[in-house]
Amino acid sequence: MNFDMSPYGAFIWPAYGLSALLLGSFTLWTIARWRAAKAKLASLEQK
Amino acid sequence: MFDWLFRYANPARFMGLTTTLLPWLSGAAVLALAAGLYLGFSAPPDYQQGRTVLILFIHVPAAIMSTMVYGCIVVASLFSLVNRHILADVAARTAAPLGAIFTLLALATGSLWGRPMWGVWWVWGDARLTSTLVQFFLYLGYIALWGAIEDETRAARICAVLALVGAVNIPIIKYSVEWWATLHQGESIMSGKLAGVFLTPWLVMMLFYVLLFVCLWLVRIRTMILERRIRSLMQGAS
Repeated sequence: MNFDMSPYGAFIWPAYGLSALLLGSFTLWTIARWRAAKAKLASLEQK
Repeated sequence: MFDWLFRYANPARFMGLTTTLLPWLSGAAVLALAAGLYLGFSAPPDYQQGRTVLILFIHVPAAIMSTMVYGCIVVASLFSLVNRHILADVAARTAAPLGAIFTLLALATGSLWGRPMWGVWWVWGDARLTSTLVQFFLYLGYIALWGAIEDETRAARICAVLALVGAVNIPIIKYSVEWWATLHQGESIMSGKLAGVFLTPWLVMMLFYVLLFVCLWLVRIRTMILERRIRSLMQGAS
C-alpha cells in the first residue's frame, strides 16, 4: 500500500476523511436510534 | 406478480427476515471496505491524474448511489400510491436521508477532485454538477416535506408525488455529459475506458457502498417500524 499522495494530499485526504466522517457518524447515529427504539419498546411492553 | 414482495412486506415477516440478513450483510460490507481500501491504496498513480485517481473510488460510488437511492424512493413511492402499503411509505421515507448524504459526498469529493484536475472547485454552467446539486435540494425538500405534514397518510401521498415528479432529474444527471458540453468527464466505467488496475478496487468499493446502503436502509426501516409501534402503544395508554 502506498500512502504517499504528493502533491495532491491536500485534496485526497480530506475527500477520504469527509467520507469516513459522514458515513461513519450516520452509521453510528442509525445504530443508536435503533437501540433507543428497541429499549423504549421493551420498557413499554413490560409496563 | 408482486405477491412474493408483499409476503415479505408484512412488518413481522420483514423484521424476521432482516434479523437473519443483517449480520451477513454488515459483515460483507466490512470485508468489502477493507478489501476496497487495500486495493485502492495499492493501485498505481494514473498517468494523467496521479494519485487523485484514489478519489474515483469514493466519488463515483457516492454519485451512483445518489441516483440509485432516488430510484429506490421512486419505486417505493409507486407502491405507496398504487398499493397503499405502509412499508412502502416507510421504505421511501427512510431512504431519503441516505440519498442526501451520498449526494452531498458526491458533490464534496467531486469538488475536491475537480480543484487539482480542472483548476476550479465548482462550475455553475456544468450540467452534471448543477443537476447533482438539484438532486441534493430535491432530497432536502423531500425530507422537509415529510417533517412538515403531521398526518402521515397525507404526507406519504404528497411526498410520493414529489418523488415521482423529481424523477425527471435522474436521466438529466445520467445523460448531462452527453447532452451538453460539460467540464465533467464523460462516462468511463461502463464504456470500458477504465484500466483494470483501477476497475477492480472501484468495483469492490462500489459493492461496499451498495452493502452499506442496504444495511443502513434496513436498520432505518426496522427502527421506524418500532417507533410506530411505540407511538401506537403510547396512544393506547393515554
